[in-house]
Parts: sequence; C-alpha cells; structure tokens
Amino acid sequence: MSDLRLTWRKSLNVVMLTLTGVAAFAVVSVLFLILGYLIWNGGKSLNWDFFTKLPKPVGETGGGMANAIVGSMKLLFLAAVIGLPVGLIAGVYLAEFGGKTFSFITRYTTDLLNGVPSIVMGIFAYSLVVLPVKHFSALAGGLALAVMVIPITVRSTEEFLRAVPNSMREGAMALGASKWRTIATVILPAASGGILTGMLLSLARVAGETAPLLFTAFSNRYWSPGWNQPIASLPVMIYTYAIAPYDDWHRQAWAAGLVLLALVLIANLGCRLVLNRRGSYRSV
Amino acid sequence: MVTSATPIDNAAAPPAGLRTFVQRLRDGDQIAHIITLVFAATILLITSLLVYELWINSGLSRSKFGLMFFWTRVWDPVSGDFGAAPFIYGTLVTAVVSLAIAVPLGLAAAIFLAELAPRRLSDGIAFLIDLLAAVPSVIYGLLGIFIVVPLMRTVVGPALKSTLGFLPLFKGPNYGVGFLTAGIVLAIMVVPFIISVSREVLLTVPREQREAALGLGATRWEATWKVVVPWARTGIMGSVFLALARALGETMAVTMVIGNDPKIATSLFAPGYTIAAVIANEFTEATGNLYLSALIELGLVLFLMTFILNGLARLLIVATERGGGRPS
Amino acid sequence: MASAAHGKNLAARLAPKVRMTEPSSTAQAQEGALRFEISALDFFYGPKQAVFGLNLRIPKNKVTALIGPSGCGKSTFLRTLNRMNETIRNTRVSGNILLDGQDILQMDVVKLRRRVGMVFQRPNPFPKSIYDNVAYGLRINGYTGRLDDLVEKSLRRAALWDEVKDYLQKSAFALSGGQQQRLCIARALAVDPEVLLLDEPCSALDPVTTAKIEELMFHLKDSCTMAIVTHNMQQAARASDYTAFMLDGKLIEHSETPKLFTTPTDARTEAYITGRFG
Repeated sequence: MSDLRLTWRKSLNVVMLTLTGVAAFAVVSVLFLILGYLIWNGGKSLNWDFFTKLPKPVGETGGGMANAIVGSMKLLFLAAVIGLPVGLIAGVYLAEFGGKTFSFITRYTTDLLNGVPSIVMGIFAYSLVVLPVKHFSALAGGLALAVMVIPITVRSTEEFLRAVPNSMREGAMALGASKWRTIATVILPAASGGILTGMLLSLARVAGETAPLLFTAFSNRYWSPGWNQPIASLPVMIYTYAIAPYDDWHRQAWAAGLVLLALVLIANLGCRLVLNRRGSYRSV
Repeated sequence: MVTSATPIDNAAAPPAGLRTFVQRLRDGDQIAHIITLVFAATILLITSLLVYELWINSGLSRSKFGLMFFWTRVWDPVSGDFGAAPFIYGTLVTAVVSLAIAVPLGLAAAIFLAELAPRRLSDGIAFLIDLLAAVPSVIYGLLGIFIVVPLMRTVVGPALKSTLGFLPLFKGPNYGVGFLTAGIVLAIMVVPFIISVSREVLLTVPREQREAALGLGATRWEATWKVVVPWARTGIMGSVFLALARALGETMAVTMVIGNDPKIATSLFAPGYTIAAVIANEFTEATGNLYLSALIELGLVLFLMTFILNGLARLLIVATERGGGRPS
Repeated sequence: MASAAHGKNLAARLAPKVRMTEPSSTAQAQEGALRFEISALDFFYGPKQAVFGLNLRIPKNKVTALIGPSGCGKSTFLRTLNRMNETIRNTRVSGNILLDGQDILQMDVVKLRRRVGMVFQRPNPFPKSIYDNVAYGLRINGYTGRLDDLVEKSLRRAALWDEVKDYLQKSAFALSGGQQQRLCIARALAVDPEVLLLDEPCSALDPVTTAKIEELMFHLKDSCTMAIVTHNMQQAARASDYTAFMLDGKLIEHSETPKLFTTPTDARTEAYITGRFG
C-alpha cells in the first residue's frame, strides 16, 4: 500500500510542479500576445498621417491623432509640474524630517490616495475645476493626473532617500554641514538617480490613464490652445474609437494603442533596468 | 594652566533646546523642516478635500434615497429613480470571477518563480510580469473588445455551455460581452500583482522550513504546499486583497466588455454593469443634479470599498514583513 | 622623508618590553597646552548610561589612543567631542568638555565641527569626484579663494596627492578602500581642524594601508591633535603618545603609551593588554 501511495505522491508532485511552470509561462505569454497583436494590428494602420493630421469628421475615413498626441503631452506636463514637486518635497519630509505621528499619518494618507480608483480622481477634479466654471479643460485633466502622480512620487522619493547610507549623512555633518545642507548637497544628489526614475515611472503610469480624463479634459477633435479648453488625449481617443461602429476608427484605435503601449513600455523598461542595477524596487 | 570652568549641567533640556532651536533657525534647518512639512500636509489636504467633495456632491442623492440606495435595483434616469444594487452586484461579481481565475493562476506562477525556477530565470520572468502590470487599462479594453469578446462568443461560451450548461451560471444567451468576459479581462490585469507580491513573500520564507520538510521525506510539492505557502499565507492574502482592490476600481477595460446593462442576473453570460463603468459612461450625459449626485454617490461607495480593502491589504503585508513571515 | 627615524620609533614601540629612554613627556603635558579637558562626563542613551564620570585630558599636538573591549564606551565618548551623538535621538550628555578652555556644549555646533574633524570606521566618501569631496567642507564653510591649492594641500597631508593628482575629477568610488579612507582624511583636513577624531579608521583596511595611515598620523601631529579609538593594541602602542584604557564606560587608566603598555598600574589594564579578555 505504501508503494501505491508513494507513486501517487510522486506523480502528484510532477503534475503540480509542471502546472506551476505552465501558469508562469502562460502569464508571460500574455504579455507577448498583447505586444504581438498590437504590433500586428497597429503596425498595419500606423502611417505618417497618424502623427500629423487631425481627426476627420465622423464617418469620413483617414485623418490622424496629432492633437491627441500633443494633448497627452500637455496633460503630462501639467501632471509633472504640479505633482512632481509636491511628491518630491513631501518625500524629503518623510525621509529626513518627519516626526513619528505626523509621518505615520502622512504615509497612511499617501497610501490611501494611491489606492483611490482613477475614476474617483476624475470626480474629484471635476468637482474642483469643472463644476465651478461649467466647462471641461486641460487644467482639470492635468490636475486629476497630478493627484495620481503625487503618492507614487512620494513613496519612491522616500525609499531612495532612505537607501542613502547614514554614514554619508554623518560624514557631511562631521564637516559642519547643517541638516538641510546635507540633504541638498549630499543626500539628494546621491539618491537622484532613483528619484528621477521613480518620477519617470509615475508619469508613464498616468500617461495611460483614461478614466480620470473622461469628464475633466474630455476630448477635442481639434487643437486645444491654452489650458482652459477640453483637450484630446491618446487614451481617450483609443476608447472612443474602439467602441464606435466604424472600421476605420477601429484601425486608428489599434494604431494609437500601439503608440501608447510602446511609449509606456519603453519608459518602464528603461526605468526598471536602471533601478534593477541599483537595487530593489517594488511595483505594487 | 588648567582653566577652571563652571560645570554646567546639560541634562536640563530647556536652555540647550532653545539655543539649538535658534541655531537651527539661523542655519535654515527649521525653515527647511517647515517647508517640507507644508508639502507633506498638502497631501492630507488633498485627501480631505477629496472625501469632502465626494460627500458634499452626493448630498442630494444621499438625502433622497438614504440607505435604500444600496438595495434599490432600479436605475432609471428618466423617472429619477436611482439605486446602486446592480452596480454593486456587478462590481462584486466581476471581482470574484477575476479572483477565481487570477488567484490560482497567480499563486501557481508565484510558486514556480519562488521555488522552482533558477534565480535568474525567476528574476527575468518577474521583470516581464512587472511590465505586464504597466500596460494601460484601455489597451486591455481594446484587446478585450476585439479578441476576448469574439473568442467568448464563438469558442469559450459554447464550450462552457456544452459542458457546464446545466448550471444557472452558464444559462442564457451568450453575446460575448458580460460578467464572465469582464472577469477574464480583469483576471489578466490583476494577476501580475498577485504574482509579484506573493513571489516576494514566498522568497522570504526561511530556507530551514523547506529543508525541514524535505528532510522528513516530503516531495517538493508537498514541502511547498504544506509548509512554505502556509508560512507566507498572510502576505499572500494581502496580495489578494490588493488585487481585489484593483479589480474593484478598474474602469476602462471593464466598461468596454461588460455590456453596460444595469441588471442583476445569475448567468455569467449576461451583460452587467459596474460602479466604475456606469460613472465612466453616464457622467457626461447626466442631466439634472440628482442624476449627477447619484453617480457621485456611487463614486463615494467605490472609494469606501477600496479604502477598506487597501487598508486591510497593507496591514496583512506589513504584518508578514514584521513578523518575519511567521504565520499569525 | 623621515622614514628612517620614524622606522626607529616604530620598532621601539612595537617592542613594548623596551623602555623608552626619551625624557618623559608627562611634565610637558601638564604644563603644555591641552586641547581637550573633559571632566565629570556622563552620557546616556535614553535611560541607559554609557559613560560614567569621565575625566580626561587630551594634550595638544599629540596622538591619544582610546582602547578597551567592545561596548566600553570609547566610540561613544569620542563622538561627544564633536557632538556627533546629537544626531541620535534620546541622548543626553552632562559634564564638562572644554576645547581650549571653551565649553563645547555652549558653542555653535557647526563651528565646533569645523575645528574638530572626524574620520569614520568605514570610508564614507560622497558620490562626487575626488576634488569635490575634498572641497566639500571648504565650500559649505564659505571659503572663497583658491580651492585648488587647498585641495592639493589636504591631499598631500593625507599622503594621497601623488596617487590621484591626475584623476581629480574621477568619482571617489573608483578608489580602493584604503585610498577612500585617506580621501576621507583629506576631506576632514581640508578645513584645517585643530583636532582630528579617528574612530577605528583602519579596522576595514589591510595592514599595508594601515601602516600608511599610521605614518601620516605621525606627520600630522605637528599641526593637529589627534584622538584615535582602536581595537588594535599594537596600533595604539605604535602610533600614539598617550593611551587611555576604558572599561564599562569608565576611564581606568591614562598615561604615556610606553608606560601603559609596559608597566600598567591597574590590574584590569594589565589583564586587557595581555589578552586575558576583550
């Protein structure tokens, strides 16, 4: 009987372990599937017009998404200008100055903000910026994205500042540097690589966000001068075109998807490679 | 030549404290402290403002419907009758379906990466899975519409019907969109999180645990399943909660494949609606303050759900890290 | 260089049994200038006391070694001399520490640290170029004028100039461990401190580098008072003029190095230096 049981255990062992390997490769292959499909379908439809022309009126074929590409860049710019400094300096506070209770509260709140669904961020920006003036704007969209950028930046800034060894702080202070001087001239430069990559990653993350833009930046079939008008963005265009009944729009949605994915993946690839060489970085 | 000096007892805090404060002020340390503190406080301000705005702007709906909002199955903008039930149902169902797929899949993959794969392969695959986590939601939606939905309609649906069609879960017409499709797409989106966190947690299990089990004659699978995984179970649960929180808040991919029908149905093939999806679809079309207010109240509900879940998740993960992985 | 003469000194010190025949400098210490005068020093980490009623005189332009078993408080004591312990929370110090007659606890700590420099156990250069490392202290203290000359002077004093003079813009991390430690010494010397505190500076280094550093300490004495904490008794015997032996936070014995190592007055000192514990 024990022989039978042993055989059973051994075969179970082989089966289960194989299944785990299958699972791992299945998940990884999804990544390649996604890439493959996008390159295949998107590559077919990608042309010069895509990057240079404005969308054609509904029903007509052709045109491009030049305004959406510029729009996404403008929104990212806003998110960076508003969100990155707040995240950086708050991160400096948590790593270098924080008192025990206030730091705990701040960290907890930052995590909370990090977990807020992006559509709720959209509601937030809507009630703050769109509701009072009764129109959509790039500013509203930028604000929604900025609020998403902040918690990610805070965490990575704090993490990389903490990673700077204490001996460096002591070395500077032993030479007579005050605390803020030590931070500004030694600690921040030492952590700058990691902090910058963290910032880039946070921007890559919000570049692909659609939900918070749906009723803040809304969309626009033309150029959007200034910051106070609705503005087109790549993710929103992909969404709008994908659910529409026109084949030509589907084609363009694939192309836009490829462009967006390429940008996001290249930024992520680059940043993570740099970070892996420096040490640990958790994605969640 | 020894100069005498009056001994000063520096154990008393006030004089020295005041002196160093003044010094710090002159050095700019105190200013730096204040500036950085203000920025940190901004985060608190933003979060409070967020909650405040959600609360205030949902006021109309809250006062009109009260607690009944959670049970009302009707969503009728025309008559002004709004209820959250179909959306809460849809959100939960899609989340459960996605976890039912993602947890076994993710845990299995994590086990492979932590226990079986050589370190370099494991790191390489983990890297690729992190990239998967970075793919935007709308891209998943795109693939969902043009690949998963047709697949569901032509291949997966009929297959399920022919084998498990007797279950109420798989009855009814299959259009390709619906709870099941949304669940599948969500599963792919959250599985990287489960793998990433579970793998890290499994890697922290002390080697002695495995060795003890193997030394007693256990097979590798038995050692893993019966000793290593239980040791890490708190952290793994934390990863599941994180994934769940993510699934609840997912908007774009879901709204593109769920069918957008505010109905409660038992069949997984039926179209449905989630909180995030209805907000995304109807926010800009909302006529009248009550309609908008109801949508914002839904947003508030979603916020609370994810808030609680994320809190629990962090607690579990931190508990694992602190306790050195000892199961609590 | 003065290696020959120095070699003789080294040899003499390496053989503790040999009695030194140069005139005792005890009288000189009592009349000559004292850099540091410490009396009734108590130090607390929170509720735990680490230093008990310490009285010590550190003579000018001499090397004073602090020896003792692990945890005896010698590093803690050393760090009170430039108030580095203040960077740790919940510490308390009471007693008298006079630098050239001035109470350092009343002084501006930034000014104090310019006068009293420190070299740490593990080299801790900044992630900057060699030049910028040495110039750091000068820049933050507002030195204007010819940085190049001061940087060169410091690197020479640290016996590193010849090895790095063509590579000043290279990153400090490109240097070996021993070179990095000498860079840290140069960095500390750049602001021309009156005192240099060395906290086990050679514990992470190989014997050859250690010898180099001990040699440069010998040459620095003329311009700089030094206090060195060391685990290595041979080093204390070789490189210092005075030695203080600490145990459990108290000063047990303090006298000229040859005397302490050949004829210690306290039984505990003798037990330690003969290796019965520690």
